[in-house]
Amino acid sequence: MNKYDLIVIGGGPAGMAAALSAKKAGINDLLIVERDSVLGGILNQCIHNGFGLHTFKEELTGPEYAERYSDMVKQEEIPYELNTMVLSLEQTEDGLKAVTVISPKRGVQTLYAKAVILAMGCRERPRGALNIPGFRPQGVYTAGTAQKLVNLEGAKIGKQVVILGSGDIGLIMARRMTLEGAKVTAVAELMPYSSGLKRNIVQCLDDFGIPLLLSHTVVDIKGREKLEGVYIAKVDEKLRPIEGTEEYYPCDTLLLSCGLIPENELSLGAGIEIDPRTNGAFVDESLETNISGVFACGNVLHVHDLVDFVSEESSRAGASAAEYILSGDRQKGRVIDVNAGNGVRYTVPCRIDLNKTSELTHIRFRVTGVFKNTAIVVKSGDKELLRKRTQILVPSEMVDLLLKKEKLSEIDQSIDVYIEEVQK
Amino acid sequence: MIKELTCICCPMGCSLSAQIENGEVVSVTGNTCIRGENYAKSEVTAPVRTVTTTVISESGRPIPVKTKEPVAKEKIFEAVEQIKKTKVSLPVKMGDVVISNVADTGIDIVATRSVER
Repeated sequence: MNKYDLIVIGGGPAGMAAALSAKKAGINDLLIVERDSVLGGILNQCIHNGFGLHTFKEELTGPEYAERYSDMVKQEEIPYELNTMVLSLEQTEDGLKAVTVISPKRGVQTLYAKAVILAMGCRERPRGALNIPGFRPQGVYTAGTAQKLVNLEGAKIGKQVVILGSGDIGLIMARRMTLEGAKVTAVAELMPYSSGLKRNIVQCLDDFGIPLLLSHTVVDIKGREKLEGVYIAKVDEKLRPIEGTEEYYPCDTLLLSCGLIPENELSLGAGIEIDPRTNGAFVDESLETNISGVFACGNVLHVHDLVDFVSEESSRAGASAAEYILSGDRQKGRVIDVNAGNGVRYTVPCRIDLNKTSELTHIRFRVTGVFKNTAIVVKSGDKELLRKRTQILVPSEMVDLLLKKEKLSEIDQSIDVYIEEVQK
Repeated sequence: MIKELTCICCPMGCSLSAQIENGEVVSVTGNTCIRGENYAKSEVTAPVRTVTTTVISESGRPIPVKTKEPVAKEKIFEAVEQIKKTKVSLPVKMGDVVISNVADTGIDIVATRSVER
């Protein structure tokens, strides 16, 4: 009774979309395991709007987007178990996946599945990973922790706030804390550009007169028991603080919004190969990892800026897993690499099995810096598969390219994706 | 006069240039879709925002809420103050009106999550 066709690890937007799509493709014997006490994952604490424009053609808040999906999961009668933590993922000798879980209902148990979808999401880069000198007083939070405390627990966390990092959660929290009555004195960003979406800079900072200090960072934290203030300094082009530019900002709260890291401890334990550029699994165009029958999608694969892209990607993972379960491990065709060239930090997928491609193959990537008036080029040897002119490309916005099947049928060597300067 | 704006209608964040004559927008460039043009016109004359926050429930648990439609930008804090003074009884369903006509804007505050207790 502990055997399933498919186990989906994680009941956030990725896990729910993957399960729904697998069910639609004919997989009825499936289970979603979620460690929180509700479905929806991080969306539950993202009470701001801006979700769903692609998926539902209307603008929703995070909880609304989550509830629409959890309603669908319930309507489709997809079984899910809450308060259930996956401890390990392993392969058995007969090709099954062993998923060991712990929960109040089951205790510690091992479940078996023909296929597994990894949808564990990501977590925030903590202070310890940022190397900020100074004491460790109360009052320093990652932005997402603060978001959870304020939005889900109703906690009051501070009155005078400095934010380090201009990731979207930091920007959203700048507005949130302002509406809660706090004074946000500055958002400091190490890079010369923001890592958040432009619309968030307008409606979360500009609307409330909160300054965004680009090429600045926190160099010291003051206060022994309770945070008293921080020193912010300008940095040079090598991101080193410039002596003499330090300024003191009194504050009782410092929020860190310095990047998200896919949560892949389970994947590593299972022997899944991780791409050091994304901290997510290396996958092919069907979102299958190096272990056949194990698929990855959403923020555990690579950090997204739009949940709509997570849902779309996860639907593909669900469909791929269904195909794997129904038709068995497919004959591998010729596998070609997808290489990230000039200006491209990584690509998902990093390889394409030419035997398996569907009508449209997605290639998603982020650029390494800000590019104006350039073209995105996809080439295989001398063959140009795609060329797309773009006005502006920024690292905070993921690019989604679609390659047609007939284009891929013409090639037999690796694909390069790169950014090319365009003569005006 | 030309005013440079960043469209906030969707995550693309188009850079807009609005040509303004006598306080009215006569033309908009840089937008990808019609919403950008509408945004520029409204942003120059009467900027509006969707407000999202939480309202406290009788159990003490915060319930996420939003303005059903965008409200005038200068009404944001007034709306939030009124929401802070409100206590909501449970259960509440996503879409339920929690406050009607918030801050005299003619716009309702609705729950964005169903909460049983």
